[in-house]
Amino acid sequence: MDNMKKLELAKIACKIRMGVIEGTHNAKSGHPGGSLSIADLLSYLYFEEMRVNPQDPNWDDRDRFVLSKGHTAPALYAALALKGFFSWDLIKTLRKPDSILQGHPSMIYTPGVDMSTGSLGQGISAAVGMALAGKLKGKDFRVYTILGDGEIEEGQVWEAAMLAGNRKLDNLVAIVDWNNLQIDGVLDDVNSPCPIDKKFEAFGWNVISINGHDLDEIDQAFKAAKACKGKPTCILASCVKGKGVSYMEDKCEWHGSAPNAEQYDIAMAELNAALAELEA
Amino acid sequence: MADVIKCATRDAYGNALKKLGARDDILVLDADLAKATKTGVFKKEYPDKFIDCGIAESNMMGVAAGLATTGYTVFASSFAMFSAGRAFEQVRNSIAYPNLNVKIGATHAGISVGEDGASHQCCEDIALMRTIPNMTIINPADDVEAEQAVLAAADHPGPVYMRFGRLAVPRVNSEDYKFELGKGVTLKDGKDVTIVASGLMVAEALEAAELLKNDGIDARVINIHTIKPIDKDILVKAAKETGAIVTAEEHSVIGGLGGAVCEVLSEACPVPVLRLGVEDTFGKSGPAVELLHIFGLDAAHIAEKAKKAIALK
Repeated sequence: MDNMKKLELAKIACKIRMGVIEGTHNAKSGHPGGSLSIADLLSYLYFEEMRVNPQDPNWDDRDRFVLSKGHTAPALYAALALKGFFSWDLIKTLRKPDSILQGHPSMIYTPGVDMSTGSLGQGISAAVGMALAGKLKGKDFRVYTILGDGEIEEGQVWEAAMLAGNRKLDNLVAIVDWNNLQIDGVLDDVNSPCPIDKKFEAFGWNVISINGHDLDEIDQAFKAAKACKGKPTCILASCVKGKGVSYMEDKCEWHGSAPNAEQYDIAMAELNAALAELEA
Repeated sequence: MADVIKCATRDAYGNALKKLGARDDILVLDADLAKATKTGVFKKEYPDKFIDCGIAESNMMGVAAGLATTGYTVFASSFAMFSAGRAFEQVRNSIAYPNLNVKIGATHAGISVGEDGASHQCCEDIALMRTIPNMTIINPADDVEAEQAVLAAADHPGPVYMRFGRLAVPRVNSEDYKFELGKGVTLKDGKDVTIVASGLMVAEALEAAELLKNDGIDARVINIHTIKPIDKDILVKAAKETGAIVTAEEHSVIGGLGGAVCEVLSEACPVPVLRLGVEDTFGKSGPAVELLHIFGLDAAHIAEKAKKAIALK
């Protein structure tokens, strides 16, 4: 990946973060912490990796994305709006009646959303179904899903992982947002799913561990996933919850609360400064 | 009754799937119960269109949903207990909320599972599925109806829950029977009371009508194979014309056919409605037919209930 592309993706990630703040602030609710942590991954997926067409969101041959950790919809909506699936102005309607942007992703309401999610552990099963469909139909589309590190405490995740490994679904990539925080505290204090890498390996997956905010590492991981045959890939992405907004970083309490007016101003000032630096 | 053909509705399910197998859009999923659910009949013929998800019903429902997003019509099968019970939330959130084309083939419903006992005798599935928006529910009376219901479900857009039994049950419909989704069937006309039955209780209801005839009571018998959306017109007409209703089902008296009929009639035409089904209790082990009698799911109990309903007019 050249520096121009990397710069572009970094700017988009910054704009995704602005969308997260804009959306959750206006909604007075939502999940900014985990949304901010996946902004770099979504920037790469939608602006480098995935074959999608905003003019034809249901295109049969498109790559699929399932946000298994559906509560971080604000980040997905920002990425979809930036990609052109719908107007950026709608970000402010997040979670409001009549909005196409539901609190958790809905494929019925929102163009570009490939699967309705929100109940943790279920998205990866649908992603496995999509990947199986690709194999059965002989199509070359790829399927991506992002899971939370807390989410993988759900047993269904491992039912899905077992089937994907056994079926050798090399068209499937599951990214785990390993930010080490869940609602009730740090993973270790709640019910740690670690070691995550060894678990996925035991289920027959190719596992790649990266820094989830380093675009070079993200780029190499997705390229390696594409090159891996006969196994699904798990990208274990070390991330910082709340990344990009100083007072939210690594703070459990920002899992599910929205910034007020003052906090909104601080967050946007920081993100605007970061964007200005990238544009300089 | 010696010459009556008996067949389990689960067998009809397997046969219908085999008929559908030629279609490009059909896939069948199971959770390690292909022999029992009869999806094995399909698997034998179309091994490439059959996916065994192993003993993981929740994941199977999610995988079915994912497959359906790409244009497949997916039949996902397990016992009723695990389809509607264990995987309830996956059915709700991953299948019904996005209104995906997944058909749930739930076998071994009700206490007629027999010797396996209460852990496997699901008498709550209709109640569970009925509360989910977008869900269609079919509970066929015999193999003729079951086979046609499966074919109709395949052509009906959106999620469908199909309830099948393990026990061979008497055939009540003729070979030229035409299944119509959402339409109740009047099997016998009558003016004194209406027996509204579903599943294997339809045959018992017809027998109950014969018993009542001996006592000079003219009972109407209606087969409700589609429990959701329910045929309101046929129920209201029966309430108006006969003035008393008995419902009969191999399911809890809470939330199933009886509940659905009461919901319709209490608003549209209140008349006495007595519900016959599994009382608010768990099943137990025993031979299926014996259990049906023990739990009062037979013609004699229906006839008795019908007389009580008439007395309430």
